[in-house]
This record gives sequence, structure tokens and C-alpha cells, in this order.
Amino acid sequence: MRREIRITGFGGQGVILSGVIVGKAASIYDNKNATMSQAYGPEARGSACSTQILVDDKEILYPYIRKSDVLVAMSQEGFSKFVGELKADGVLIYDEDMVNPGEVKKGIKVYPIKAQRMAETDLGRKIVTNIVMLGFFTAVTQAVPKEAMVEAIKTSVPKGTIDLNLKAFDLGYDAFE
Amino acid sequence: MKADPIGVRTGTLYLDGDRATAEGAIAAGCRFFAGYPITPSTECAELISERFPEVGGIFIQMEDEIASITAIIGAAWGGARTMTVTSGPGISLMMENIGLAIMLETPCVVANVQRGGPSTGLPTMVGQADVMQARWGSHGDYEIIAYSPQSPQEAFDFTIKAFNMAERYRTPVIVLLDECVGHMVEKVVIPPADTIEIEPRRLTDAAKDEYLPFAYGDDLVPDMAIAGMGYRFHVTGLTHDERGYPEMSVRCQEWLVPRLVAKIRQNADDIIEFDEENTDDADVVVVSYGISARVSRMAIDLAREKGIKVGFLRLRAIWPFPEKRVAELAKKIKSYVVVEINLGQIYYEVQRCAAGRCETLLSPHAGGGVHDPEDIFKVIEKGAKVK
Amino acid sequence: MSPKGVPEAVIAAVSSEEHPIAPFLRMDRMPHIWCSTCGIGTAVKALVAAFEKLETDLDKVSIVSGIGCTGRVAGYVRLDSFHTTHGRPIPFATGLKLANSELTVIVFSGDGDLSAIGGNHFIHAARRNMDLKVICVNNFIYGMTGGQAAPTTPLTAVTSTTPYGNAEPPFNLCHLAAACGANYVARWTALHVRRLTKAFAEILVKPGFCFVEVITPCSTLYARKNRLGTGLDIMKYYHDNTVIEHGAEPADTDIVFGGPIICGKFVDRDRPTWLEYQDQHLGEVLGDKYYRGKVLQGAGER
Repeated sequence: MRREIRITGFGGQGVILSGVIVGKAASIYDNKNATMSQAYGPEARGSACSTQILVDDKEILYPYIRKSDVLVAMSQEGFSKFVGELKADGVLIYDEDMVNPGEVKKGIKVYPIKAQRMAETDLGRKIVTNIVMLGFFTAVTQAVPKEAMVEAIKTSVPKGTIDLNLKAFDLGYDAFE
Repeated sequence: MKADPIGVRTGTLYLDGDRATAEGAIAAGCRFFAGYPITPSTECAELISERFPEVGGIFIQMEDEIASITAIIGAAWGGARTMTVTSGPGISLMMENIGLAIMLETPCVVANVQRGGPSTGLPTMVGQADVMQARWGSHGDYEIIAYSPQSPQEAFDFTIKAFNMAERYRTPVIVLLDECVGHMVEKVVIPPADTIEIEPRRLTDAAKDEYLPFAYGDDLVPDMAIAGMGYRFHVTGLTHDERGYPEMSVRCQEWLVPRLVAKIRQNADDIIEFDEENTDDADVVVVSYGISARVSRMAIDLAREKGIKVGFLRLRAIWPFPEKRVAELAKKIKSYVVVEINLGQIYYEVQRCAAGRCETLLSPHAGGGVHDPEDIFKVIEKGAKVK
Repeated sequence: MSPKGVPEAVIAAVSSEEHPIAPFLRMDRMPHIWCSTCGIGTAVKALVAAFEKLETDLDKVSIVSGIGCTGRVAGYVRLDSFHTTHGRPIPFATGLKLANSELTVIVFSGDGDLSAIGGNHFIHAARRNMDLKVICVNNFIYGMTGGQAAPTTPLTAVTSTTPYGNAEPPFNLCHLAAACGANYVARWTALHVRRLTKAFAEILVKPGFCFVEVITPCSTLYARKNRLGTGLDIMKYYHDNTVIEHGAEPADTDIVFGGPIICGKFVDRDRPTWLEYQDQHLGEVLGDKYYRGKVLQGAGER
């Protein structure tokens, strides 16, 4: 089954790294096909920023999102830009402190989290907000197995920060009941 | 010979097409890179600049693309395996000295990550409209070799192939990516070094006073000397004789240029690469390459579901073009459907080779995105209705 | 046919004697294409004399030219030689040198080639202090294409594209090279054979971007269009109007039509070359991981 995932935020939040981790987890540690790409250009450096990950058991032929199954939003601008592409029964995950979703179409499953606040207060490191978000995303969607995500994080983040990042991941994962 | 393990990052990586191209180059023994930043190719140069110091390579960011291509030609004559990478506006600047590389018969690799054009066009968005430029862009008569990967894995594999063909035929080889493949990140398996075959340079072993730089044998490719070997040879971008001396005459032009063309044409079967699927009973054959080939297969699946007999010809190497096969298939099908992100380039090649034996239809795209599979399907449907 | 009045026997005797620099040249390419009284041959002779003086291992010397009259030098000198595209000898030479740093790489080309179409490459190679020996024959005009204006054509000088006199300020190439960072900058004329030879001998062993400008007569075009007389008249002009001023501030050495020509060695300094700086910097930053560092160290131990 093909799943189309969009992660969006602004530059510096680790949006692209998040995309790499999800894609790597799915393709290398879960033996699926996973194509990740990112919005490029001056408009994507510093301001709005997004990555898309396509995960499929079969070969991925169409390289872009057409209707996303999951939108992970870490900024209002990104949310506004991409909420329209969500499927009618899609999953919306967002940081409550960053995004006010307003009225969301019926049928869309909504999962708010205070990822940035958790990263700051529980771990003292705002920089791992994206990984908290990934933990939550993993628990909510089960799009990629937890173990695969953990492996992907270990091989994608800077060497000295693995423990911190794994803590952040668990924090997010456990935030989903 | 086998690849030098120092340059081969054996393992399973998650890489974009640009970086996979860089890894392919380093695995193939590339140790000199000159380039100029340009979207969407820069990731390749960036990775090379990071990796080269650890493998003994020299990376230099030049003042422009003209300098970049010229520096890699110079470095090839200094003995290095060399590459540069660029995109639309940069490849236009490089055309002058791609001609020099052709004329001096210099092995080197140029990667062009195609974006939308003309001019500055769509720097961050996909295009496939440099295909004819790759073939004809520099002035004068010549043949070129160009590969078109459809995935980061192929970007790695084809770049190695490009280096090998550049050495085998002493010619510049183009890796014609598109922005979509350049920027998409996928699993790339890099095999152990001892499974990667590397074509050695065809260095001469002639006696010092008997070496003729442009004398050749049956395969039409002369043996090469590089600077510092003691041959004290001369090469020039002017029309030259077998000593490498300029000679402005019809006789010399006829001696030289047809061979430059023939060394590729005569060996085309060794270079041409394509995938062929379900052409045996096909009414329609889709021809495509690069990212468009992947999208085309969605339309093909759609058409087959609707009972249309569709085959597929996917060009792995675009140049030289598989003329013979396209002509053969044309005899037994109703139509070709060419899918490319331009307004008709390979389309005209297919039409030329089909030579009226079947219809040739185009599914065009002006650039900036990939085709909607539905649009391709509609053209296939039309192609199936041809009498 | 023999020149008037010269006995056949004399001609035979002179002809049978090998030219003293023949071993350095591709004699099978003679006669060359240059006009009589052209200064390019003089510059070539001075380079060869420098090789002789230094007993240079010529197997390790490469010469790269662009397009134009001077661009033909690569073809006549018996070295590994590369006749490239217009304006591009410097980037070509950059690649060649960096691929094999054992080579001495000479760029021998004209003013139009190096400073017009190749001007961008020129300034950046000087900025990088690329280890190239750049010899620029400056005759103030495009010779091969029939006498058009160059970036070096002095104000008011007549060329085929400035028929009413040049109204564009020219480059002072020595000033340009010096300002961009060249390690060595000198100017001589085709009259100063001995000093030119000495300059070439100096740059052949000096690391970094070395630039020698050789002011030469173009009697066929520049002199004719500007009524400067014959090649010999121009040599006399050089004799009477050259001011030798070693260490002169390069900014003060502009060439003005009909004015004095300031010659000399203007710059001789020791900035690290591009490769030296890379090796030093990357060695420091990467330590043992720097591959070239290991190789260089290994070579030192042997």
C-alpha cells in the first residue's frame, strides 16, 4: 500500500532531516520502497520548508504526493499551504504551540502535540523538537515500525547526540495514548 | 581492473541522485573535480568537496562553468579521471569545451541535472529539455554518449558506466539526470569495490620517438599519452593529423572527423542500453527515459488494465540512440508514444527511425513537474486507435 | 630561389647548419606562421634559453596556449603541448597542474586571449596563486584575425575595429596580475632578450602564479595601422623609450600610446600556492584523514 507523507515547518526545524529519517527507516530498516524529496529553492531556505516521503511495498513510480495520507505540521505557514492536499480521511499531526488549525474538514483525524514545549521543558533542547514529532508520528500512524525509526535515527543524527535524540523519540512516541 | 576500495562506500545508503552521482564518480576513480555551483546539481559538488580530501582527490570551485569543463579536460591530460556537474545555464556555457574534449579525445564525465529552461527557467524544478543539446550542443560534427538514470541507484551505476565508456572510447560522456532524480532520496546499494569493474586508461606503450597521438586501430580509438610520460606530444583543437599537428585541409578533415563520429557509431551496440517490456504483442510502445520512464509505467499499467496492448522501451543510454530497435519495432506496432518533459525532442528521433512505418505520438510536458499519468494514458489510448 | 646577391654556396652552408635551438622545437612544423619581425619568436627563444640555463627536465614541462598568433607557440615547442580553445589555457593548465603537481606548467598566450576572452580565468588564477607560469605576449592588437582592438590597445591607437582611434582605456596587465595576487610580475620587451631570459629562468623555479608580459612588435598590423614603421623601428623605439624600474609600483606602469614603456620586475613575493594552502589547511583540519597529507609525509620520509 502506498502512503504519502508530508512534513512541513520552517527552515532550521530539521524538517528535511525528519524526512530522511522516515525514508531511511522505511527503505533500509523496513525493506519497503521509500522516496523522499524536498521543496527546494530560495523560498525553502529559512522560511517555509517541506519534505515528502512516499512509502510503498511496490516500486514507487510517481515521485510526488498527489493526496497525502499524513501531514505533520510544525508551522502555520506550512500547515496552510499543505492542509488542502490531505485525503478526506487523512491524518493531521501538528504542534499546538505553532499551528492553529481552525476548522478542519470532517473525516480528517487530528492529533495535536506540544512537541516543541516538550523538547524544551523535558529535555532542555528545543533542537530535538522534530524528533519528538517523529516519535509521535510513529506511534500515531504506525507507518514505519518503531525499531526501524530508532535505527534510522542512530545513523542520521550527529554521533554525540544519539542518546538525546532517542530520548526525544521516546518522549514523542509515549505521548500518544 | 577493480575499483580502488578507498573510494567505495560499500553499504546501503539513503541518497539523492546528485549525491549518488558523486559516490559513483568517486567509486569509479574520479580524483579531480572542477565545478561551479548551480541548482539543482550542487549537492553533487558539495559531497565531492567533502569526500575528496579523504580519498586523495582534488576539488576546485572554478570561476564559471567554462573554466570548470576546461579544467577537467586539462586534468584528464594530467592523468586524472575527472568530472564536472552542472545544470541548464551551466551546460550551455560548457558546450564550447565539450567540443574541445571531443576533438582532443579526452576521457571525462559531465553530469547535467536538467531543470526547466530556456535561460534561467525553473532552477529548482524538473525538465528534460537538454536532450538534443546533449547530442548537438557544441558546434561541428560529433557523436556523444549520454546516460539517463531514473533513480539515485541508477545515478550511481550509470556514473560508473559513464567513466568506463569515457575511457574506452576516449570521449566526454554525459550523465543526463533530471532535477527529480537529482533531488529524490532513495536507497542506494553500493557494492564492494572488488565487484566494480573499472576501465583502465588506454595509455600508449609506443617507443618515445614512434608515438603518434592520433594513430588508431580497428576500434578507431587512439592510444593516449598523458603529460609527463616523456612523449612530448602535441594536441590541438584545430583539425589535426596523426601527429596531432594542425592541418587545415579537406583531406585532413576527412581523415579526422568521420573517424571521431565512427568510433561511437561503429561501436554503438556496445554502448546502447535500453529496457524492453511487453513489446512482443504490443500495439503501442511507449518510449521514455529518466523520471518520465517511471511515471510512464503508471500509465502503461492503467492502459493494460483497460486491455490496451502496450509495450515499453526505456532508454538507459539516450545517446547513441537505439535506431535499429526503434525501426524494427515500428514495423509491427501501430504507434509509438514518446513521454518526455519537453515539447518534443526524442519524439523526433523516434519519428525519424519509425520512418512512417507507424505513427509517432508525443506526450509532452513543458517542465516544472512530471506528467500526470492520466495524460499519458490518453495519448496511449489515441495511439491504440491508430489504424 | 636565393635572395639577390647571396652566393648559392653561402646559402647552402648556412642552411645546413642546424639552428641552435632546433632540438627544442618541432622542426617538422617549420616554417612557422609568424611574420618577419614579429616578437613571438624572440620570446620563444628566450624561454628555450632559460631551459638551457636551468638544464630543465623537459619531459616534466607542459605548455598550454590559447588561440591567436601566440597561441601557436604550443605547437612549435617540443614539450607536452596543448593548443586549447580561445581564452581557456589558464583553466586547462589549472587542471593539468593539479592532476600532476610534478609538472611545470607554462601558459604561453597572447594579450587578447588572456585578458579579453580569458580575463576572468586570468584574475582568478592569480587570486588563487595557482602554480602556473603565465607568459603573455602583448602586441596591443589581435593579429591572427586581422588587427582588431584588444583590451590592451592604448587609447587613440588605430586598429581595424577602432578606425578613428581607440577610445577605451586599456588594461595594464602587470597591474592587474599584481592586484589579483600573483607571486611574480615582470614586463620586458622583445628587445630585452637577456633580461627576458633571466625572468623566464626565475619563474620556472618560482612557485605560484608568475606573470611575465612581453611587449612585442606587430609590424604587419599594429605598426602599419599606426604608422610606427618597420619592426626594426619598433625595436629602436623600445631602445629609446624603455625605462627599467625594478620594484616599480604596478599601478604606475600604464602604457600610453607614444609614451615610455616601464619595464622590470615589479613583484616577487611568496604567498603560498593554491595547492600548498590546501595541503596546509586541510592537513590541519583533517589530520590523518587527509589523504594527500599522508602521501606527502610518506614522500618526505623516503
